[in-house]
This record gives sequence, structure tokens and C-alpha cells, in this order.
Amino acid sequence: MEAKVEDRPAMTVEQPAEPKETDDAAPAALGELKIKATDVNLWYGEKQALFDVNLEVFGQSVTALIGPSGCGKSTFLRCLNRMNDVIDICKVKGDIRLDGEDIYAPEVDPVQLRARVGMVFQKPNPFPKSIYENVAYAPRLHGLCATKAQMDEVVETSLIKAGLWEEVKDRLDAPGTGLSGGQQQRLCIARAISVNPEVLLMDEPCSALDPIATATIETLIDELKENLCIAIVTHSMQQAARVSQRTAFFHLGKLVEVNDTSTIFTNPSDQRTQDYVTGRFG
Amino acid sequence: MTDQTASLASFTGEEAQKKLRKRHRAERRFRAYGVAAILFALAFLVFLFTSIFSQGWSAFLQTSIKLPVEFSQDVINPSGNPDAEDEIFRANYVKLARAALYKQLGIDAEDRKVRRDANKLLSRGVDVQLRDMVLRDPSIIGKTEDVWLLASDDADALLKGSIDRKTPSDRRAVNDQQVAWIDQLVDKGDMEKRFNTGLFVNGASSNPETAGLGVALIGSFFMMLTVVLLAVPLGVCAALYLEEYAPKGKISDTIEVNINNLAAVPSIVFGLLGLAVFINFFGLPRSASLVGGLVLTLMTLPTIIITTRAAIRAVPPSIREAALGVGASKMQLIGHHVLPLSLPGILTGTIIGLVQALGETAPLLMIGMVAFVVEYPTTPLDPATGLPVQIYMWASSAERGFVERTAGATMVLLAFLIVMNSLAVYLRNKFERKW
Repeated sequence: MEAKVEDRPAMTVEQPAEPKETDDAAPAALGELKIKATDVNLWYGEKQALFDVNLEVFGQSVTALIGPSGCGKSTFLRCLNRMNDVIDICKVKGDIRLDGEDIYAPEVDPVQLRARVGMVFQKPNPFPKSIYENVAYAPRLHGLCATKAQMDEVVETSLIKAGLWEEVKDRLDAPGTGLSGGQQQRLCIARAISVNPEVLLMDEPCSALDPIATATIETLIDELKENLCIAIVTHSMQQAARVSQRTAFFHLGKLVEVNDTSTIFTNPSDQRTQDYVTGRFG
Repeated sequence: MTDQTASLASFTGEEAQKKLRKRHRAERRFRAYGVAAILFALAFLVFLFTSIFSQGWSAFLQTSIKLPVEFSQDVINPSGNPDAEDEIFRANYVKLARAALYKQLGIDAEDRKVRRDANKLLSRGVDVQLRDMVLRDPSIIGKTEDVWLLASDDADALLKGSIDRKTPSDRRAVNDQQVAWIDQLVDKGDMEKRFNTGLFVNGASSNPETAGLGVALIGSFFMMLTVVLLAVPLGVCAALYLEEYAPKGKISDTIEVNINNLAAVPSIVFGLLGLAVFINFFGLPRSASLVGGLVLTLMTLPTIIITTRAAIRAVPPSIREAALGVGASKMQLIGHHVLPLSLPGILTGTIIGLVQALGETAPLLMIGMVAFVVEYPTTPLDPATGLPVQIYMWASSAERGFVERTAGATMVLLAFLIVMNSLAVYLRNKFERKW
């Protein structure tokens, strides 16, 4: 669909990417700098999927990654908790720091990292276990709860935070896969936040849900961001506008522009961003 | 675009109706082919089963004669020393059985011809039968007891109707005198077809009435045990490594191709390999069920690896992502999610592999398991046969009793296969996550 755009040549790979960083303009509402990615390049085999991406993600806020299909926004998101490691042919270069610490350093254990940087996926993917076990899985994995009472508490708080407790408190032993799509996704969020991660990555968490379930999740994201740093990939620009404080626009593997959400949607500095957010392509 | 649409035929006209009818006819024809193929296959199956069952059911019954046998001290233990095991072992038990038979039939024991005719009613296995009774309970010596003794193959055949009474006496295996005796015994209720336990417990024998599957069953059991203990862990580990850890590349491709090739190698080649490697090189004994089990392990491995890999691959990637996303290590991912989810598939593949191995004959012939084994094997290193090999051996014998035993043994083998396959289906349904 992007082929219809007239100014297509301007977006070819040869064109050096010029992400217009506006750090100093970041409003005070944002928390401290959580993740800083510098010159991230990524290859799937021979094919380069990310080109010199520089992005900063702040705490206590939601950063939305938008862009047309195949622009690398999900790929970039998966770099942040090293989920790309499991793909054999995937090679990452560059520097990604979580609280100033290089997450690709050899001494960093990706398993530990993923507990600190939780992830919610596009398709709700609860384990084929009970609701309780779904939430208790990660704390148990990392040995965070010594007693059953402690575990019960963690499960309850996580489910409350995910806004699911009232709906499932009487049937914690029921299979997680028996819930509705929206409930399943909230269960997945509860599972991700059960180990108190510092960052929550969400990869199009609402794309498989109906508008009502989507609205619930969006409210939830709004609440969660009080204590969390959230990065969300979304296809829906309305969603990005609704939930995020900062928005990054990706195109063809490059970060085109990142700024306050309101700026991106009302007064983008790049022509491509303007075309995308006004619906001229993508 | 518009021109093309205009030139398209109408959906409603006479022509279109005709085309539609043609399409429906083709559809029905296509379905009929499928039904025909299934009916064809079913017909063959029914034919196969009827032929095996009609021939084989009688193997589960064996004619016996009830005789009051006098366990005479003079014949069994003339020295009177109850510890003289050798004497008891070598005693002339046939004499005891025959004496009882003459008495029962009320015939003159002095007439040699009559005696010989009467002797032919009893199986040659009666001595073992009586000897075992005495060895089990020596206090029986000196008493008289009613014993069901095996009748001969010919008497058995007459009772089962495989010898036609209308055949002239001189061309019949049993003469008129013998027929009369048999009828006399049957009328008194002293001769009847009883359930043939010997078929399941006896070892090899040249007399059909005393031949059994005992050794073959134990041999097959030892072989299956070897296969389960070796092929399953090896196969599952290999499949897990190849699927989860091995870097995708030329080497793993080569391994994959070769595993598929191994699955297609004729089983006799595995037999040759077993002969060359396990027997000639490692010096394991011939005819041992351990060697058979090792050869069958090699044969089953590719099946187990291939089905396990398919089962592992069928685990949804979303579950993998979910587990990795909350910080599970690779091993935890496999242990907590991949293995439990692929377990039904692995079990099914394993059982299908075992069923294949259980029915395999050719490699066992190569490693000398086609042997005349009378004694039960007590370890996997003892000589043994296997079920399919026993069928093969019986099938090449001419006696009427062996013909029915061949079919009977086939029924036993089929029963095992059906039970194992049903188990596979049951386990798959039980462990399959329905939610």
C-alpha cells in the first residue's frame, strides 16, 4: 500500500535517517530515562531490518512505536528484552542500555533481563494451565516467593493490577485458555507484571481484540504507567494518540521521528510522518 | 477491466445451469471414489480377518483325554529314595499314561497292534506333562489321580473336524478302531476340547499339540523392553536437540535427510548390521533377545525421532514466546511447556514405532532368532525367538496342528498390535490439552 505515495523516492534506504530527537523538549511529566538505544542495527540473515535506530524510552510513561507493516517497530521492541536472541539468523549491533547498563553485554543473562523487561504479545498466549498457575509461573521460575501465602498474594495483586481479579477470583483453578480474548490478554499482562518488571513491552496487544476489550486494556495501560515504563507497538494511530505520551515513527527500518505524541500528530517535522499520521499511506 | 467483465458468461442462463449440474456431478463422483476406496480396503480387511480367525480360533482349543493315572512308585521311583531327582526325571511316564489309557478303553494290553493304535491317541508330550506334575508335587507318587492328558494331533484334528470321517479308513490318519475309541471317550465325557493354555506357555516343540508361544512371548517382551529403554530416551533427546538447540545449517540438514533415509532402509539391512556389529564385532550371543532388541532399537529410532520432532514443532510459537518472555530458560521452556505439550504426539509415535518393531521379522532372521528354543529365556542374553519369527517357523511346518497354530499365533500378534494401537489413541486423547 505504501507504493502509492508520491514522494516514495525520498524514503529509500540510501537516504540517511535523521531522527529528530527532542530530548530537551521532553515535558516534566515523563519519568527518568529508562532505556537508551544508540545506533541499533539489526540483520535477519543478509537482510538488514533496522538502520541506526536511536531512541530513548522514559519511565512512568508510555512510548508508542508506530509505522507501516514491516517497518521494524516490533523488531526493535524485541531487541529491548533480547527476544530476538532466539532467532538464529538475527544479529544485533549497537548499544542498548537499561538504566545505563548495556543489556547486550556478555555478562547479562537474557533470562534475568526478561524478568526485568516484561513482554505482552500480539495474540493472547496464556499457558494451557490454570489462571493461578499462569500468574504464578514467573515468580516461581525466578524463585521469588518462598511460601504459598506469599504466592497467593502475588497472584492476587498482579490480577488486581491487571484488572482481572474481580472477574476470575472465584475460578482461579479454571484454565486460562477458557477466558475470553480480552480477559486472556489481561491475564497475560498479569503474568508479565507478576515479577515487578521495570519495563513492559507490548507488541500490538489489542490487535486481536474487540473495541470494548481494547478500551479496557487501554485504561489498564494508563494505570500501569504510573509505576512502569511502557513501550507499545501499535497499528492504530488513534490508540497511540490515546495512550502514549511519546510516539516514535518507524519507516523502512529507520526511526524517522520521535517526539511528544501531541507534536507527532499535530505538527510532525518530517513529511513522511505527516503523510502517515494523516492517512496518506500505511 | 470492464470489457473483461462484460465478456464473462452469465450466471443464470441455460448454459450456466448445465455447467452447474456438471460441477455437482463431478463433485459427487469425486466423493464416490473416496467411498469406493474405503470399501475396497475394508473388504480386504474383512477377508483377511475372516480367513485368519476361521483358521486360527481352533488353535485356542486343544483336545485332552481324562485318564485316571496311577503314579506308580515302581515306575517313577523304584529306589524309593525321594531325593533321587535324576531317577524321577528319567522315569518312563509314557508307560503310566498308556497303562491308564488301556484300562480306560478296556483293551487287551497284550495285543501289540491294538496297543500301537491306542498309543497314537496320546500326544508325545504326555511324559513331560506327567513329569512336571510329579516334580511339582512328589507326594503324588503312589496315588491315582484323574489327569487331563493331551491327545495326539490326529485325535485333535478329528474332533475339530479337519479329518473327514467319510474318508475311507486306509486314507485317513486315524483308522476306524481309533475313531471308535475316540467316540467312546467323547461319549463318556472323558475326551473334550479344552482351553489351550499350552499355546501361551509352552516353548518350541516338534509336536504341534505341545508347541507354544511361551518363548516367543518372553523374547518379544525382552526385545520391546530393550527398545523402550533405549530408543525412547535416545530418540526423544535427539529430536529435542535437533529441534531446539541445533543451529540450522548444512550439518543439521544432512542429519535430517539421513534420519529420513534411515527410516526407509529395509529392515533386513538392519539385521545384517546387527549381525556384523553386535554379534561379530561385540561378540554378543546369537539368538539373544538383547541383540534383537538392539537391532529393533536402531530400526525404531528414526520413527521416534521423526514423530517427536513433528510433535515438538507443533507446539505453538506463542507458548514459546510466552515462556521466554517471562524469563524461562531454554531448559525450563522445554521441561515446562514443550515436552508436556508434545507428549501425546511423542507417545503416539513411540507406540507406533514399538508396534512396527513388534511385528518385524526379517532382521531377527539375520541374527539367528529363528531358533528351536524349548527353555524359557531368563535373561535377554539367553536364546529366544519372537512372535513374528515363531509364526514364520510354524508357517513352514506341514502338520495340521501347526497350520492352525500359525493362524492362532497371528491372532495373538494382531491382538497385541490392536491393544497397543488403542493404547496410543487412548493416551493421545487423555493427554491432549482440550483447553
